[in-house]
Formats: sequence, C-alpha cells, structure tokens
Amino acid sequence: MKKILIVDDEANIVISLEFLMKKEGFHVAVANDGEEALALIDSFVPDLILLDVMMPKKSGYEVCEAVRRNPERSATKIIMLTAKGRETEIAKGLALGADAYVTKPFSTKDLVAKVRSVLGDA
Amino acid sequence: MSQEKQSGTGFRRLTAQRLVAIFLLGGVVFNWPLLSLFNRQAELFGIPLLYLYLFGSWLVLIVLMAVVIEGKGD
Amino acid sequence: MLQGWSIVLASLAYLGVLFAIAWWADRRADSGRSVIANPTVYALSLAVYCTTWTFYGSVGRAAATGIGFLPIYLGPTLMLSLGWFVLHKMVRVAKANRITSIADFVASRYGKSPLLGGLVTIIAVVGVVPYIALQLKAVSNSFTILLHHPDIVMPTGLGAVPLLQDSALYVAVGMAAFTILFGTRHLDATERHEGMVAAIAFESVVKLAAFFAVGLFVTYGLHGGFQHIFDQAELVPRLAKLMVAGDSAANYGSWAALTFLSMLSVLLLPRQFQIAVVENVNPDHVRRAVWLFPLYLFLINIFVLPIALGGLLRFPTGVDADTFVLTLPMAEQGEALALFVFIGGLSAATGMVIVETIALSTMVCNDLVMPVLLRWKSLGLAERRDLSGLLLEIRRWAIAAILMLGYGYFRLAGEAYALVGIGLISFAAVAQFAPVLFGGLYWKGGTREGALAGLLAGFAVWTYTLLLPSFSKSGWLPAEFLSHGPFGIELLRPQQLFGLAGLDEISHCLLWSLLANIGAYLALSLRRAPDAMEARQANLFVDAPVGGGSLSSWRGSARVADLLALVERFLGVERARTALGRYARSRGASRIEELQADAHLIHFAESLLAGAIGSASAHVMVASVVEEEPLGLDEVMNILDEASQVRAYSRELETKSRELEQATQELRAANERLREVDRMKDDFISTVTHELRTPLTSIRAFSEMLFEDPKIDLADRSRFLGIIVSETERLTRLINQILDLAKLESGRAEWTPVAVDLSEIVRESMESVSQLYRDKGVLLECRLPASGPEVMADRDRLMQVFLNLLSNAVKFVAPSTGRVEVAVAAGDGAVRVSVTDNGPGIAGEDQELIFEKFRQGTGNNGTLTDKPQGTGLGLPISRQIIEYFGGRLWVECPPAGSVAAGARFIFTLPLPTTQKEQT
Repeated sequence: MKKILIVDDEANIVISLEFLMKKEGFHVAVANDGEEALALIDSFVPDLILLDVMMPKKSGYEVCEAVRRNPERSATKIIMLTAKGRETEIAKGLALGADAYVTKPFSTKDLVAKVRSVLGDA
Repeated sequence: MSQEKQSGTGFRRLTAQRLVAIFLLGGVVFNWPLLSLFNRQAELFGIPLLYLYLFGSWLVLIVLMAVVIEGKGD
Repeated sequence: MLQGWSIVLASLAYLGVLFAIAWWADRRADSGRSVIANPTVYALSLAVYCTTWTFYGSVGRAAATGIGFLPIYLGPTLMLSLGWFVLHKMVRVAKANRITSIADFVASRYGKSPLLGGLVTIIAVVGVVPYIALQLKAVSNSFTILLHHPDIVMPTGLGAVPLLQDSALYVAVGMAAFTILFGTRHLDATERHEGMVAAIAFESVVKLAAFFAVGLFVTYGLHGGFQHIFDQAELVPRLAKLMVAGDSAANYGSWAALTFLSMLSVLLLPRQFQIAVVENVNPDHVRRAVWLFPLYLFLINIFVLPIALGGLLRFPTGVDADTFVLTLPMAEQGEALALFVFIGGLSAATGMVIVETIALSTMVCNDLVMPVLLRWKSLGLAERRDLSGLLLEIRRWAIAAILMLGYGYFRLAGEAYALVGIGLISFAAVAQFAPVLFGGLYWKGGTREGALAGLLAGFAVWTYTLLLPSFSKSGWLPAEFLSHGPFGIELLRPQQLFGLAGLDEISHCLLWSLLANIGAYLALSLRRAPDAMEARQANLFVDAPVGGGSLSSWRGSARVADLLALVERFLGVERARTALGRYARSRGASRIEELQADAHLIHFAESLLAGAIGSASAHVMVASVVEEEPLGLDEVMNILDEASQVRAYSRELETKSRELEQATQELRAANERLREVDRMKDDFISTVTHELRTPLTSIRAFSEMLFEDPKIDLADRSRFLGIIVSETERLTRLINQILDLAKLESGRAEWTPVAVDLSEIVRESMESVSQLYRDKGVLLECRLPASGPEVMADRDRLMQVFLNLLSNAVKFVAPSTGRVEVAVAAGDGAVRVSVTDNGPGIAGEDQELIFEKFRQGTGNNGTLTDKPQGTGLGLPISRQIIEYFGGRLWVECPPAGSVAAGARFIFTLPLPTTQKEQT
C-alpha cells in the first residue's frame, strides 16, 4: 500500500484530503507545517507528498527543495498544491523538482487521477 | 647678438663681447669689399696676395680666438 | 704591389683598427674612465665635418676656381667664434632636456610635437642622402683609380657598371654593416656613443696626416716649396688666373652665400649636431673647440691650392682634379703614399657615413617610426614589456635603408655633379633648419604651426630649386623643366625663379628657400600666442636656466613601480635600474623602491626615456603613467587669472546643480513609492486570490466527496457539512470585507453620518461577543457614561469596528486570566474610546504593521504559534472606517520589558459642535 504525506496549514483542507486519500486506499500521514513535514518524511517515508505552498515556518518550496536535495528521497513524488495560480509559481515549483502541480480549488476526481498517474498506477 | 643672462661674471661678459668682435671682424675680413682690395695679381714673399691674405688673416683670427677664450682661463 | 686584394686588405685592417678603438673607448666609458672626456678629443671629433669633399673635392674645386674652395671652411670658423653663445647654449639646452638629435631638438622646443620631429627627420634624410652618395662615389672612384696603378685611368660611366660589379655597392654594403656593428650594439639613454667619438677623433688625425703627407710630397717633393709652385703656376696663364677670385658681384655674392651656408651647416648637419651637441661630454669643452677646430680646418686646407696647382701642372688634361691627391703620388710611383692617401680618403668617408647614418637612424627611429608605432594601438606596443630590442632593430634597418638610398642616388644621379656640387645641395637642405632652430633658441614667440610652415615652405622651395634640377641634370626629368620651367612657364624656372637670374644655383636656392622659410615661420608663429606647452619649452630653451632646472611640475602622481617598469621597457632592465639606482642614491634613498614618486622623479624618468625614444614620445609615455599634464609656473599664473572669472560662473553652476540633484532625488523617491504601491497592489491581489480560494477548496472538496459517495457514515457526513457551512461563512465574510475595503479605498463608501449614541453601540457590541468571551473565560468590562456621547457616524460601521476590536482582544489574551476593558471618554472636541487587554501585547515594529492588509500580529516570540482565525483585514478596515468619520485609530503598548503587558487600541472621533457645548 502506497504511503501519502499530506502537508497543509489549513485544517479543513487537511481533513478533506486525508479522507479522500484514505478512501482511495492509501496510507496517510499529516503535517501542518514545513518543519513537521520534513520530520515526517524521514520517519514515514512517503511515496508521495501532497504539498501546500503557502505555509508558515517553511514554505512548500523549501520542503520540495530539501526533499530533492536528498538523494535517498529521489523516488519520492511530490505534488504541489496552491491557491496562487500564477504561472511563475507553477514554473518555480516544477523547477524545484515537483512532479506535478495542482491549483486550488481542485476537483477531487482530478486530484485522485493525478496522484495515481504520478505514482505509476493505471 | 643678445647676451646670455648666464654670462654672469664680468669676465665672461667681456669674453663674450670680444668673441662677438672677432666674429664681426672675420665677417668683414672675409668678405667684399676688403676681399676685393687684395684680389689682384700680385705676390708677397712669392705667394699670391689673395692666398696669403686669406690664410694669414684666418690664422690671426684663430690665434685671437684662442687667446680670448683660453686667456684668463676658469 | 697595389693589387685589388692588398687594397681591400689594407682597408679592412684600417676598419679593424677603428673598430678596436671604438670598442676600447666604450669599455673605458663603461668603467667610468672616459677616453673622450677631453676637449681636444671633442674638437678633433668636430672635424668629421671634413669628408671626402674636403679630401678630394677641395682640390677639384681649387683647380677650377682657385680660392673658391675656401668659404666652406671660413664659415665654420666664423660660427665657432660665435660658438661660445650658440654652440654652448645649444649643448646646455640639449643636455638639460635630454635632446638626442636635431629632430628631437626642434620637436621638443615647439611643444614636444611629434609631427615636427617627423618632418625634420624626413628633410634630414632627403637632404643628406646625396651627401652620402658623394662619399660612396669618392671611395669607389678612388678604389678604381688605385686599382689601375700604375696606369692613371679615370673612372667613367658610373651608371653603366652592372650592379654586382659596382664597387660602390660593396662599399655601401660594407659601410652599412660596419655602422650597424659600430653604433647599434646597445641602447644608451643619452644616445651617446663614446666609442664612435673616439674613433672619429682618430680618423680626423688620419685624414689630416694623409693630406699633409700628400701636401708635403707635392710641395716639397715634386717642387721646391710654396714659392716654387706659385712661380711655376704664374707662368701658365690659365693657372695664373686661379690666383685671384672672379672680381664680380656675383662672385662675391656667391662667396658670401657659401660662407653663410657653411656657417649653418657646421651645426645643422645631422652628423655635426650629433657630434657637437649630443655626444658632447661637457659644455666647457666648447671653449677649446672654438679655436682648435678652425685651426684644424686651417691646417687641412693649407696644401689644397699647391696640390691643385701641382696637379694641373703635372696633368694638364685628362685627369680629374678631384683625384689629384691620389694620382699625383701614383704618377710618381709613390705606392705607399698612394695607399696611405686612399686610406685617408676612406677614413674621411667612413667617418662621415658612420656618424651621419647613426644620427639619421636615431631620428628615424625616435621621431618617425616609434611615434607611429606607439600610436598604432593594434600593435599593442604600449603594453609590450621590453622595447629596447625593437628600437635597436628599427635603427639597424634604418641604417641599411639610408645607405641603400645613398647608393641609389649615387647610381642614378651621381654623374651629374662634381663632388662639391652634391655636397652643397645637402648644405642647402639642412640650412632650412636654421630659422626654426635658432629662432627657437632666441625667440619665445615661435609656435608649432610656424615651425611646421617654415620647414615645409623651405623644404618645398629647396626641392624645387635644387633637388629637382639635380634630377633634371642627370636626365631623370626632362631638360626643358630646367630651361623653360614647368609646363613652359618661364617665370617658374627652377633656377631662375620669378626671373631672378644671375645667381649661382646655390645662392638662388638659399635666397628663395630661406625667404619662404622665415616668412612662413614668422607669419604663422605670430598668428597666435604660444600655448602652455610651447611657452614652457620656449622658456627652457631660450632662457636655458643654469643647472638645467625645469620648473615643470608634473601634476598628478605616478607610482615608482610604474615609472620603473616604463623605463625598463625602453632601456632594458639593467640600464634602467642602474640609472634609477644612481638617481635614488643621489637623493638619499638606498633603493629605487624607496624613492618618492614626486615631480622630480617623473621628470627624471621622462628625460631617461627621451634618450631612448625622443622627447615627444617620452612625454606621451610618461603621460600615460601619470594622469595629468605638466604645468609650468606661467601657466599656473594664467590659469589663476582665468580662475577668478571662472569661479564666479562655477558658484552659480554649483547651486544650480545642487537643486538639480535634489529634484532628482525627490523624483527618485516618488518613483520608488509608486513602484511599491504597485507592488503592494500586486501582492494584495495575489493574497486576496489565495484567501478566497482557500475556503473554496474545502467547500468544493467536501461537496464533491459527499456527492461521490452517498454511503459516507453519518458522523463524517455531519462533520463535512459543518465544515462546508463554516467555510462558506468565512468566504462570505471575506468577500464582504474586501468589498468594504475596496469601497473605502476608492472613496465610494456611501455611509451617511447620523447622530449615534456611542455608549449604546458599545453595549450592544459587547453583548454580541459575550458568548465568545464566556467560552474562553475572559473578563469583559467597560467604563462608559450612561448615555452618549453622540457622534456623527454610521451605526453599523461603528459596530463593525467595535466587534473587530473586541474579537481581536479575545483572540489574543490568555484564557481564564484574560481581561478586556472598554472605556469611553469625551473631552476636548473629541471622544476617546479605548479597548485594553492584558494579552501578550504587540511588538513595537508591528504596531503599524497590523493595520496593513492581511497582516497579522506575530506574537511575542516573533513566530506564529498558530494561525489565528480571521482574515487580516479587520484592522485596516476599522481604521478606514474611523478615518472616514474624521477620527484616528492606533495602538499603544507598554514598552518591552515592563511588568504589565498588553495592548490598548484607541480611536478618537470628533464631536459635533453642539455637543461640545453640552459637556
């Protein structure tokens, strides 16, 4: 069973994502800010991270960068989430090594499909 | 001829003036009309007048210059 | 005995002796015991004036015109009597300014103008090439004659001899090689060649000895003495005529002209200048030269007429009088003497060629080639480390080229003239230097343009009246050019210009060329006052201050290392260090590096360089190391005069520019502010977008999930729906606030102020939040008057403000112990409302920050402990509302570190006037 780490500072969004992913059959862990996220990445070792960009303490960009810098985590997939839809943001995220980028509000169906494709399932 | 400001001492100025005098003398001696005076078919001591005049005065001039310049020597 | 190889051998042996002397003298000079620091040697070296022209040509001239050979030697005598002034001054000025050639002298005098230097060089080269040809002709002729011993055969048809059989060519090549070996072994900063001078002095002795030998031989050997010869000559009418000079005005005029011409040439010929001025060791040596040199001339000329007469008596026809010195001994089987005479002639020729070509090559290198190369940026010469090798190479090539030019002239034009004729052409050429040189030495008014104009005019006339005719006489140019003028314009006949006939060609040329020269020189010099540089140089040359003090101050500064590197580049490392080391010691420094890079050092470096590349180029190079131009005192004075005028203008300029500066700054600040507002607007929009989308995300996600899966259990379903509802509310709130803000900011809020009871509003808001406070256990108190005060405001908006402040307060205070107090007080035309809490307070730097959109307090430790609810828009909106109604909203906190903490939000609202009276 694949493991997904959800990182967002908005509690309600976390709840929705958690529920969604659990329903899809993933093993889920949750972090509310960047620092928590980094700690959980090392202990939980997720296969995929759903990563919000705008967060206190450490932004999603920083987390993404940290993960990509670690050669042991090269297999970890990252999908970035943000309410800011500007092109520069998207480009930056992808440049930092995210595998995909999703803007809020998102369609749950689309999100699930993207997660599966990034993880290499059908 | 303008005199140098550098001919400081009186002696030098004198030498300078004397040399100018010699120059002028030579200019006169070596040119017309004095030249024409001696320009004739004659001999003195068996030597043609003009020849003698020119070389003689030349030598005199040289001696004068030597005397003036080496004169009181400094 | 006198076969080709023995002659050649003897010549080579003689040249070897010369070389040895030169080498020995150089060695002695290097070790400090100079051989030539001797006035007699100096005077003897001046005798390089006597070339094969003297050796062979005088006799030829005497045989044709009797005493007419003499003016060439009387002139120098007269010049030397003046020598104390002119020559002495020239030597002193040259030493003080490190002059290395006549081109350098002229260029330096007229403002260090490289153009002038180049022009003088060209004139010198063109003018002297015939003279060099003369020497080649003499040597090759004498060689040919000697070769045919015991027959006396005159060499004819010079130009017809095939190139490779032409002995003159080998003579030219040999001399080139010899000169190169002699004079370009190393580069000396002062361009002095001690070895050369020693050799020249030796040669003068040889010349004199040889001539004397022949003279004695002819006078006492072939005849019974002077009287005897003259008596014999008297008997022959043709010869008798030679005892007198032609008694005509033209003749006297010619005589005077030649005297005058030779007066100039004895100083202005490049070789004369080199020996007399540049090579001079000590200006005081001039004193002995003043009488010793004329004495030499006297001695070498005593036997000229006797030899001429003797020759004419011996060879009535068929033998060139130019060759009498050689053919007379030959005719009497005096082989040794003939060889000695030949060597004497060779000596005269080599002396002239060596010194002349070295002088010319120095000029070509320093004043013609180097200035061009240094300016030709693409060669990057200015950056090359060591140029001394290049300089020497240029000189070697120049020597070779000049000698080849001489040979060329000899082959193509040498037949047309007797030796003396050729020489006089060169004399007339260098006479063109007289106005600029003597003018420069005694008149401060000469300018660069004047000098250029004078030289060009004189040179042009010389070319037209002497040089071109010489080509015409050799057959190069059509003879009609000479007889009928160019294109048949008789008035422009080269040797009867403007119809002035009756003068011999030399006098004619002299008259017109000097007229044009002096005329142009004066006319253009007087067109303007000399500029700073010219004036400064004029002072140095005309005043010639004793001690060579140039009061120049190089302004600006240079580093010692830079100057050292510069000098090394041109002199070579060793010589540069030696010279600078000596200078350093003389100034009390033990090492070059300890020297002060002051104006003195810079000037010294400049003069060192001038020795290698000429003063004009040296000036340019030093200027590249120092940043500014040198000024003399005069110029400083002039500048000061102008300066007072300028000062007035500049003060005005200063104030104007300051105002401009200020205006620019203000503009810049305004621009910055504009940009920041722009940025803030961008930020605002992107933040609003984010804020709006966040609740929408939850709403959509949960809605979709509920829709997709109806079978979600009830607990989850309730929870999700609850979240949807609250997020919807959040969204609505946000949208409202944003709209409010937008309205407020654009000034489109339309709230009509009515009279409202403040206390009543407070109580009502407190009521609204009471549940919130109870939930958190925070105490809410108030201090209000029973009713009023009344203010003009919008009820709902004021409510909004109170709700905002109260809900903020309860958010930040600690639970259970939190305490919030509202106080209303009227007075002084306004009512004052405060909301005080005992929470963590707001850090100083945040007190303004919190009133900015979307900013929220960060708490005491500077980090968000948890993201507070709220939009971050409450306070900004509250402030806008209060300000809309004429009031002010701000926050006050006790200073950091005090016992009590907390924040107090205060706002004021103006009281309507009627109410004021009531309180």
